[in-house]
Amino acid sequence: MDSAAIVGVGMTAIEKNKIRDGFADMAWEAVNLALADAGMSIDDIDNVVTTSNDFWDGRTISCMAVSDASGAREKNVSCVEGDGTFGAFYGLTRILSGSYGTTLVTAHSKGSESVSSLITNAAFDPIYERAIGMDMVSACAMQANAYMHRTGTTAEQLARVSVKNHGNAMHNPKAQLPMEITVADVLASEMICDPLHKLDCSPVSDGCCAIIIAGKDRVSDTAKPPVWIKGTAFCADAYHLGDRDLSRAPALTRATKKAFDMAGITDPVTQIHVAELYDAFTYQELMWLEAMGLCADGKAGPLLETGAFDIDGRLPVNASGGLLSGHPVIAAGLIRMAEVVRQLRGETGGVQVKNPTVGVAHGVNGLCGQSHCVWVLSSEF
Amino acid sequence: MSSLLKQVEPMVYSSQISVPYTWWAGDTAGRFLKTLRDEQTIMGTRCESCNRVFVPPRKTCPACFTENETWTAVSDEGTVVSFTVARRQLAAIAQKVPVIYALIRLDGADTALLHTIAQADPDDAKIGMRVRACFSKKAGATINAISHFVPID
Ligand SMILES: [Zn+2]
Repeated sequence: MDSAAIVGVGMTAIEKNKIRDGFADMAWEAVNLALADAGMSIDDIDNVVTTSNDFWDGRTISCMAVSDASGAREKNVSCVEGDGTFGAFYGLTRILSGSYGTTLVTAHSKGSESVSSLITNAAFDPIYERAIGMDMVSACAMQANAYMHRTGTTAEQLARVSVKNHGNAMHNPKAQLPMEITVADVLASEMICDPLHKLDCSPVSDGCCAIIIAGKDRVSDTAKPPVWIKGTAFCADAYHLGDRDLSRAPALTRATKKAFDMAGITDPVTQIHVAELYDAFTYQELMWLEAMGLCADGKAGPLLETGAFDIDGRLPVNASGGLLSGHPVIAAGLIRMAEVVRQLRGETGGVQVKNPTVGVAHGVNGLCGQSHCVWVLSSEF
Repeated sequence: MSSLLKQVEPMVYSSQISVPYTWWAGDTAGRFLKTLRDEQTIMGTRCESCNRVFVPPRKTCPACFTENETWTAVSDEGTVVSFTVARRQLAAIAQKVPVIYALIRLDGADTALLHTIAQADPDDAKIGMRVRACFSKKAGATINAISHFVPID
């Protein structure tokens, strides 16, 4: 088996607090939506990969606890702790190994049920760093300062990412925070950690996503045209923040180069038509665009201001509204893949980009984008 | 759905996971913390392959995948490579905000140490500012044996 496609996607609405649904309820909804989308039954699924994080879930080996709702009983089910894009990577390799014809990949989390600051503080080294009292927001604020200092990117340009993505979410019925806001609104919102205002940060969210990947010989009987996986790669940077140049993302540059090489992308600016990137914070969308070579280094902010990344722009970025409009961690990257699949099928309604055939999706794991997983997807074989 | 929820009592189960851990510092971090406590000296390890000095010290060089066998003392003064000022009282923050968090590259080190800056106006914090470590004897052999950094010059 040398090629595979995404043949079904399903996701719950992204909400601040899903009080009607536990983890398994969310998985049940997303998995059944993905099966219906693919025109498959659970008997067509050869193996299952679930993606979750035990600290967020407050449960040891939490991924196994959603396996029943994912139809994994009496199947080979494996677990990935990390972003959903990494679960999908593992799911794809299982197909490419020739052992399985189809993989169901799920990813879930409920940020509403614990305390984000304490969970992400525990990502720091317990001997050297944890007692300092930092978390994901303060760490990323430090990265934002480093990036802005090096590139001259402005607070107004960061705010413009928030305006664009919340505005896009107005047309995405599954987004948590559709908002018509202005740059002034973002800059006037509470300063959480300099330079990140409240509206520079993604919200705490609940949600689940499921996708079905099939090998080439199993795509003919699916309900919709397959979306082909043309290239994928992941790459990690050093663990300690002080070992890295936080103003750059070399691991993302390497992962993107590998994925683009695999997909035959030589001129991404013209060959990529739609992008869903991991915008946990406003600055990240700009920083990732530059690290991926989707625009020149230090130029994402100025380009954004010209409308280049709007839905009708040169390269629409996060047409779905992105993570700024709803950020269930773990599911976040898998949702980026599902949104690109829906764009390439032309089924995203009010946020539909005009006739895209190639898209890129991106997931992140670790503090300040320590590791990145990049996917190039295409409606053409 | 929201109207439906007004008519029902949302059932939640409030709990907390409380598990005591005992993490051995290991010989590398152990020597670093002991020297901080006993001598108020900040030590790093050097990679003989790329010549970089790691502070806090690491047993292995992430770039060369070799063992760092040489110990060296570094200065208690350094340069801020990045920072943030936490303004909201996030749950992980023990002190009262505003708190200045910084990555500080000490003179003689090639990597940056994560810590706090105090006795400074948060609005004066900037990349490139010079700072010096202040030590605390009552913190014992922990990273808080450096209690914080203060601006110099
Ligand atoms: Zn080295």
